[in-house]
Formats: sequence, structure tokens, C-alpha cells
Amino acid sequence: MTEQLAVPPADFASYYGRPILKVTRWREPHLPAYLFLGELSGAAAVLGVAASARRRPGLVKAGRLVAAAAAQAGAAFLTAELGRPERFLNMLRVAKPTSPMSMGSWILVSHSGLTAAAAASSVTGRAAVIGGAAAAASAVTGPLLAAYPGVLLANTAVPAWHTSHRELPMLFAGGALTAAAAAGLVAGALSGDPADLGPVQRLALIGAAVEGTAEFALERRTDVAAEPYQQGQSAMMLRGARLTTMLGAAVALGARRSRIAAITSASLLAGGGLLAKYAVLRAGVASAKDPKYVVQTQRDPMN
Amino acid sequence: MTSNRLYGPLDDVSADAGYAADHPARVGFFTDTSVCIGCKACEVACKEWNGLPEPDLLALTGMSYDNTGALGSQSWRHVAFVEQAAPPASALSRDQDGDLIISASDDGDLGATRWLMASDVCKHCTHAGCLDVCPTGALVRTEFGTVIVQPDVCNGCAYCVSACPFGVIDRREGDGRAWKCTMCYDRLRGGLEPACAKACPTDSIQFGALDELRVTAQARLGELHAAGVSEARLYGADPDDGIGGAGAFFLLLDSPEVYGLPPDPVVTTKDLPSMWRWAGIAAGVVAAGVAVAFAGRADAS
Repeated sequence: MTEQLAVPPADFASYYGRPILKVTRWREPHLPAYLFLGELSGAAAVLGVAASARRRPGLVKAGRLVAAAAAQAGAAFLTAELGRPERFLNMLRVAKPTSPMSMGSWILVSHSGLTAAAAASSVTGRAAVIGGAAAAASAVTGPLLAAYPGVLLANTAVPAWHTSHRELPMLFAGGALTAAAAAGLVAGALSGDPADLGPVQRLALIGAAVEGTAEFALERRTDVAAEPYQQGQSAMMLRGARLTTMLGAAVALGARRSRIAAITSASLLAGGGLLAKYAVLRAGVASAKDPKYVVQTQRDPMN
Repeated sequence: MTSNRLYGPLDDVSADAGYAADHPARVGFFTDTSVCIGCKACEVACKEWNGLPEPDLLALTGMSYDNTGALGSQSWRHVAFVEQAAPPASALSRDQDGDLIISASDDGDLGATRWLMASDVCKHCTHAGCLDVCPTGALVRTEFGTVIVQPDVCNGCAYCVSACPFGVIDRREGDGRAWKCTMCYDRLRGGLEPACAKACPTDSIQFGALDELRVTAQARLGELHAAGVSEARLYGADPDDGIGGAGAFFLLLDSPEVYGLPPDPVVTTKDLPSMWRWAGIAAGVVAAGVAVAFAGRADAS
């Protein structure tokens, strides 16, 4: 053990370089996986409804199934991250507007119930009216489920998260669109119907534009709290995520000519989105560990 | 009145939390670090009274007499030891530019070391981030205006851990729930003062009605300033600060960050309305993005 205490630079004081904040207890892979699955489920539900309006039954079914499965899997990751998983239902003993996690729990529970009903109707072919109504309602809960984690992370004392309340929801919205596009690309590749692939190709491009813009915005900020998005491991992951997503969108253009291109594109889009969630978690950890980010942000909010 | 729910001064936190008008007065700690002798009796008394488990690893930090390190799930009082070179006034002079010059004596000695000791504790904020974000209602405001965790409700989501601007509350591994100072809620209910204040031999930790403690603290600050201790300052005593004032506040002899305290903490929830607006826009982007993608011709991109 030859660990050395950090020597603080002259422009800020600290207590032996020790952290002021507690480092988050949220961990890998649970938090990134939950964020990814939540946004996938949210946008896939909307995709199912949009496909239904355009009478694309293959995509309707894919959207509903993916939305339901991702919501259940996301909830499983969320529950596994609790210190007392058996008390998950305590989330539902109150509805608290000041707690984004309380609001998010209600959104998640509503959304997973609605998507499960819609998927069950789609698979069994029964109760189509109820299934359709549940799906329509999930097009409302879906976008909320995709975007609310931006508030969940921003409403903390973690400098890299708290200062990013504009970028994070947009990053997750873009990630939702690319994740749903990935699901649609796989479904389209399996059905081989070019009429299925046209809309999801456009979805991939729109999503990549939104996600890439949000990532670019984080990389371009000049305040000290944004440093973890620009330096170190978290920054490398964020840049890697952006490149992966962009590549995925480019490959998506060939999805109608080649099934392999469609599957490759889907993998890249999903991988880029997931990697971005890891980058965000690690940026938060880095900014909580170093007292510099707390002290300098509070001493000079305009730095 | 409701306009200050998230931020700003709040005259009666217990009433705001729903207690009837006859609730007890808000209580707090005034920790006067200028008379702390670093005995750690507060740490021991707290651990004893509250039955806090030992740390998993009994280790020395190697940086000072502080081997507790920080507040956490198993340490609800933490005495910080700051060692500073404090040259005597005779060693200080200024050059022609007015910059401070410290001249060592012939044997290279810079003079005495100044010891700053401070017993840190949960601030029991007027606007408590931990309480705001708790999704289960496990964290509550008590009738005394303090903030406590109900261990039978907490499900260990750890949101409070990241929401506290002071890094106070933490989840206890193995146990899975979040823990922090209760200001000895059980003792308060029994009409006793908290164990740390009871044990403090120099009255560095004073317990009482918050209003009265603020008056005491102002008087003490005036005394120190009159005695030439111009670096003395109060921390957390101002109801107009970012957390609406702390229930446990301090008299410090250097910048807060020297003691490991954030210089100007703000409750995270202050920006909540703005955060939801941006999330609302993002949710709109998700819906609009899918709609636009499906609006065009099905077979063209």
C-alpha cells in the first residue's frame, strides 16, 4: 500500500484531498442496464403505436414485445440494485413529486403493466381492443420513462450530473430512439420487408442525431463540472459511444440491401447507447470523488 | 408560504411537514470548533448510545489523528483534525508588492503548528436533499424539525446518498439500508439531550432550541472577532443560504473546504422544476422522433 494523498493545487483547499461527497452506490452493470432498457422500452412502445397507425403488423408486434420485455428486465435490474430488494414495493407506498425516483417508479410500474397487457394481447390475439388501448397509453408513459432518468441523475449533489440537467434528458431521448431503431432493424431484418425497414432507418438517423448532439454538448462545455465528460476514462467512453452510434446510423443506410448490415447496425446503435450510460455513471463517480469539482463549482458558479 | 417548499428560508419546518401548531420548538446543534480539543468523546458516545457497528476494517488513515475519515453509515459524528503551519507574527512580513513573505528562523523552524479540530455531524437541513428525494418516505421530518431515516421502511435505493450535498448519509453494506445521525431522536422524545452534546467536555457541541443557538453563536462570533480572531465565521447558520439554514451549524476558523465541508451547498431540489421542463422536452423529442420517422413514405428513407 503505497497510496499517496493527492496534493491539492494552490487554487482550492480541501481536507487532505478527501472527497466531500459520498460516491454513488449505484453500480455497473445495474444502473447503465436499467437506463438502457428503460429508454428502449419507452421508445419501442411508441414505435409499436406508430407502426399500428401505418398498418405494419410485424413492427407492431415487435414494438409491443420489446417494450414489455425491456420494461420487465429493466425493473429487475432496478430491484437488484436495492439494498433491500424484497422491499421494492415500498416505492409505491407514497407518490412524492420532489423525488424523481418516486415519480419514476410510478411511471415504470404503469408502463410495464401497460406494455405487458399490449404484448399479451398481441401474442394471444385476444382482447385486441384492450390491448390496443393499453398500447396507446404506453405511448404516453414510454417517452416519460425514457426521459425521466435525466432528472433522476440531475437531482443529486453529484457535480457532473447536477450541472447536466439540460443534456442528460436529451441524451436519454436520443438513446431511446436509437435503441428502438435497433429493435426495429432486427425485426425488419427478420421479416425482410423493406416497408418495415424504411421508417426504422429514418428512426436510426433521427436518434443518432439527437444522441450525438447531446454527447457533443457535454464534450463542449467549459465549466469545471463537465471535465469528467472531457477527460479520463469516462470521456473516452463517451467519445466511443458517439462514434459507435454514428457508425451504426451510417450502416443502417444499407439495411434494406443486406440483412447483415441491418443486424450490424442494430448492434452498433444499441452498443453505443449502452456505452453512453456507462460513461455517464463513471463521469458522476469521478466528479464525486474529487473535492475539486464541489469546491470550484460552488466558489465560482460561472467558471 | 408554499413558494419556499423547495428553497429559501422556512420559519417552521415541522409545520411545513404537517405537524400541528403545538409541536416542540426546532432543535439543533451549535458546534463551536474554536473550543474543540479533539477528544472524540462525541464519536464514542454516539456509537455507544446508538449501537453503531464497528467499521469492517480498523485501519489508520496515516494522515493525522483522524482515523474515522468521514461521516458514514457507522460514524454519525466525525472529528476532523487539520494541521496547519502557523508561523508566529514575527516571521511574517510583506515585500514591496504587498505579497506575504514567511521568513524561517535560523534553524529553519517556521514556528508552531496550528491545530483545527471540528466535530462534524448531519446538518439536519431546512431543505434536506436526502428527504426530498427519498422515494419510499423512509426519510421524514420529525416534530423537533430534525431529519431521520425509518429503518423499517428504507429499501436501500441509495438515492439519498447521492443527493446529500455534505456526503453525510450512506448505505450500510451488508445491512442494505441508509443510516445517519438521528440527533438521538429517542433521547429527544425522552427529554434528554443527544449523546454527543452530553459527552462533550468543553461545550464545543451545544444542543438546544435552534433560535437560541443562533443568538448564542452570534455572540460567540462577536467575542472572537473582538479578541482579534478575524478568521472566525459561522457555517450553516444563515436561513438565506442554499439549504435554508442548517439545524446543525458550526463556528469555523478557516474555509469550510479545509474541514471537508462544501463551501456553498445548495439543495439539489432547488432546480427541480427546470429539470422536469427539460425532461418534458426530451419526452416530446422521443414521441416526435418516432412520429416523424413513420410519417414519410414507408419504402423510402
